[in-house]
Amino acid sequence: MDTFSKRKYYVLAIFFGIGIIYLVKLFSLQVISSKYKESATNNVLREIIQYPARGLIYDRNGELMVINKPAYDLLVTPRELEHFDTIAFCNLAEISKEELIAGIKKAKDYSTYKPSTLVKQIPPESFAFLQEKLYKFKGFHVQLRTLREYTHPAAAHVLGYVSEVNESDITKDEYYKSGDYIGASGIEKTYEKQLRGIKGIEKQLVDVHNRIQGSYNEGAEDIPAQIGTDLVTTLDAALQHYAEALFVNKKGSVVAIEPSTGEVLALVSAPTYDPGLLVGRVRGTNYNILLEDETKPLFNRALQAKYPPGSTFKIINSLIGLQTGAINTYTRFTCNGKGSTPIRCTHSHGGSANVVEGIRESCNPFMWNAFRSVINLERKPADGFKKWREYVESFGIGTIVSSDFAHALPGDLPTIEMYNKWYGEGHWNALTVRSLAIGQGELGITPLQMANVGAIVANRGYYYPPHLVREVKGDTVSSMFKVKKYTKIDPENFEPIIEGMRELIANKLTAVAGVPGVEMCGKTGTVQNNGADHSVFTAFAPIISPKIAIFVYVENSGWGASYAAPMASLMVEKYLNDTIATSRKPIEKRMLEANMINPGQ
Amino acid sequence: MPSRRSLWASIDGVTVILFILLMFLGWINIYASVYDQEHQNIFDTTQRYGKQLIWIGAALVLGFFILIVDSNFYVFFAWIIYGAVMLLLLLVLVFGTVVNGAKGWFMLGSFGFQPAEFAKFATALALASYMNVHGFKLQQFKSLLFVSIIIFLPALLILIQNDTGSALVFFSFVLVLYREGLSGIVLFFGTLLVALFVLTLVVSNLFLSILLLVAAQIVFYAVNARYKQYWIVPTIYAGSIFPFIIVNLASGSKFDWGDLITAGEILGTLIVVGYAFRKKLTQYLTVSFIFLGSLLFIISVDYVFYNVLVEHQQSRINELLGIHSDPLGAGYNVNQSKIAIGSGGFFGKGFLNGTQTKFDFVPEQDTDFIFCTVGEEWGFVGSLVVIGLFLALFYRLIWLAERQKSGFSRIYGYSVVVILFFHFMVNIGMTIGIMPVIGIPLPFFSYGGSSLWSFTILLFIFIRLDASRYEKF
Repeated sequence: MDTFSKRKYYVLAIFFGIGIIYLVKLFSLQVISSKYKESATNNVLREIIQYPARGLIYDRNGELMVINKPAYDLLVTPRELEHFDTIAFCNLAEISKEELIAGIKKAKDYSTYKPSTLVKQIPPESFAFLQEKLYKFKGFHVQLRTLREYTHPAAAHVLGYVSEVNESDITKDEYYKSGDYIGASGIEKTYEKQLRGIKGIEKQLVDVHNRIQGSYNEGAEDIPAQIGTDLVTTLDAALQHYAEALFVNKKGSVVAIEPSTGEVLALVSAPTYDPGLLVGRVRGTNYNILLEDETKPLFNRALQAKYPPGSTFKIINSLIGLQTGAINTYTRFTCNGKGSTPIRCTHSHGGSANVVEGIRESCNPFMWNAFRSVINLERKPADGFKKWREYVESFGIGTIVSSDFAHALPGDLPTIEMYNKWYGEGHWNALTVRSLAIGQGELGITPLQMANVGAIVANRGYYYPPHLVREVKGDTVSSMFKVKKYTKIDPENFEPIIEGMRELIANKLTAVAGVPGVEMCGKTGTVQNNGADHSVFTAFAPIISPKIAIFVYVENSGWGASYAAPMASLMVEKYLNDTIATSRKPIEKRMLEANMINPGQ
Repeated sequence: MPSRRSLWASIDGVTVILFILLMFLGWINIYASVYDQEHQNIFDTTQRYGKQLIWIGAALVLGFFILIVDSNFYVFFAWIIYGAVMLLLLLVLVFGTVVNGAKGWFMLGSFGFQPAEFAKFATALALASYMNVHGFKLQQFKSLLFVSIIIFLPALLILIQNDTGSALVFFSFVLVLYREGLSGIVLFFGTLLVALFVLTLVVSNLFLSILLLVAAQIVFYAVNARYKQYWIVPTIYAGSIFPFIIVNLASGSKFDWGDLITAGEILGTLIVVGYAFRKKLTQYLTVSFIFLGSLLFIISVDYVFYNVLVEHQQSRINELLGIHSDPLGAGYNVNQSKIAIGSGGFFGKGFLNGTQTKFDFVPEQDTDFIFCTVGEEWGFVGSLVVIGLFLALFYRLIWLAERQKSGFSRIYGYSVVVILFFHFMVNIGMTIGIMPVIGIPLPFFSYGGSSLWSFTILLFIFIRLDASRYEKF
């Protein structure tokens, strides 16, 4: 009756065949393969990054300059999202609907189950309100970050700023992951490794929605975050603030150095900006505004501007003359005042000058003759020039002195090759390059380098590399700052120069640049250029055991004694005397109020 | 009529025990997969394991009522039940509620009712009733047509609801038909075509063409193992494919390797056909034509899928087969599922110690992916026990079906076992990455009242029929 009865065996064979295939597969999955056991660990353990606060920054007197403030990143985990009131959410998070949609799409493209940042750096004021309502929106949570805060809106160019890492940062150093912050300029950049601290890792058991289910292994394998190391800068905050006040509405730069250590006491590039502008969510917008500003506030003139040094360079030329024997203290050169050739003298000071008078009177004919004598010491002018250049270079000009400046430039110091190319080999001599004698022409020197020249004169022949950080807390500062660098000039050759500089202040500029109770040495400069002359002044004080060397450059403001010299003297006075003498208040007022960017306002 | 006592005595205790064991194991695994620190009470009815306990209790009561109903009821009312369920399947298309994308639920307050679940036993009853007519011959065209209508009408209605998984279950009746006399060739070609269709879309062209070539060589050898020139066929293929390889290498791999090997295989097969024709090797001819047909079939599937179907049709099929380029789509689920099962090892992580399933890495972990919890917490030993229990149940049910005197009971019994087997095969196969991700539950195991009750009804009607196997109807 049942002809197909034996087919039950085929049916059973199918059932058991499938059963056995499954068991074999399960055996390979569960017993043989180890791949899935490792994946399971990765699945459940999520490493939560703990972001450390950056190290604090102090001035040389222990005054806090840079601190941290909390900010909150709003993160979204697309997989956890549920339907929500987008309008209410947008109002809460202070973003537009388009930004929300774009943000969620971007997050989804990255990962649906890992959190991505939707809104960055929400300030604590907004966060308090947000936190209250956020429970209504599944899939969103906040993460604490820290942002920089500045006790004074000052020293932007020295301190630098922090930005989010870019692709190349991540490629260069695997410490960085997308979304991390990194010092992008100034001290923040140079001392990034010390300031950033070390990110911590908290291992947590999470479910597929990244919801934390508890800590892994009781936290035994967690790596706690280490907060960044605090720094003490060489800056004197009071002097820095005063310098910045003096430079309001002016273009230019000032660098003040403590000659005995190379510590930078103040460094201003004007116009400057409030460093707080480049923090948090407004950073991008503000950065673009600053970038487009015609006065170039982001340009660090102190480290990068290639200024012709003008007459302040005469110090170096005189020193080279004395050192090479091209001149001595008795050498006198004729000066015909405005009728002198090939360079006329801008001052009237009698028929001739020696080196002291040359410095004091800034006598162009003397300097030209001294320079010519140096170049002509060798049979070929090019050889003489080569020697001259080596001396100049020993002052740190045309080179970058290894130090802790993030973006210092070497400036321009002309080379033989350059002149050969311009004029042809053997077709140029001292006369051709005579502008160098008075600090004009092809010279482009940064204020930092010129301030260092001031320190060299103050030290009578050597310098410590100028630097910005005195102390990395719990660590010793780089020993390279403690190595004396000698110029090729012997100490005794500095005395006539210093005498000339002393006499200039004591005899000629007392009214504008005389600091009560302090014997200061200085040298003015007036740099010709396309627009109005640049006012330049270099100085150090006091004459014995100098405490400060300063270089001031005020663009388009006239001759050296008009602005640069009074401003430098006020800063020296502020630094050494702590207050400005009553008699000097009118000068101070005039300097503070002068507007060189929009004159007449 | 048998007395009440003899009814209980004639119930097959082994099946009932296997049924209860599977439900119990399912329940503790649901507990483990939903378990969290805040809700530790296994009887907490606000949680799914608590609810499942209620469903289990209700299933036992339901089973009891099915058993006390006279077995003739199911025989006589088979068509009425079938008709009623078909009506419900129609009504649900109009009045139903959409759950998980399928319009297949009647919602009465918080209570949900899914007609598709009940279509399984209704179809089994109707099929048994129709095929049990004296003198029924499946080979007749009219019979085959009517049988097809009985089976595929509910399948079609369920497909319209957009519940592809439940609709596919009805294909399992083919095995019942096979047992009742459907030609084995139909089964063979049906399986071959489905397998080729899936393989074309799932594996690469190159892999599939090589796989078919190797399979064909084995079959060529097997069908005529005593033929002395057995080396001729492989040589013909090697000779046909080789020039294509040379041409492609010379042209710097300008052509797709899969297409090229397939072309070589077609050329080779044509030569083999000519050879077999001359030598009058009919077995070779048959194999050649099947092989050639398979090659043309995969080429046309490939062509139709990528050139004729539009994108949303493609994605529907991809979805059905569980192919997703998005790692967090269906592929993600299977991967997570394999991780969970694979991490269980030989002895498992222990009850409630599964990290993968407990922390929601596996989707649908208490319903369609409940086997992950078994694999993770009980390891290979647990997998072996569960698969063993199912195989024991299947064996027992076939054994029971074969001892029936009435064709009705036997056909119904086979229907029960093939439906359970289909769920078992697809569900567990999906969790270990062998089967496409088709969302159908693991019988007696997965969370959910509707499916548990429908399997209970399906099984207990057969237990009741078996208990009256000596009665005549």
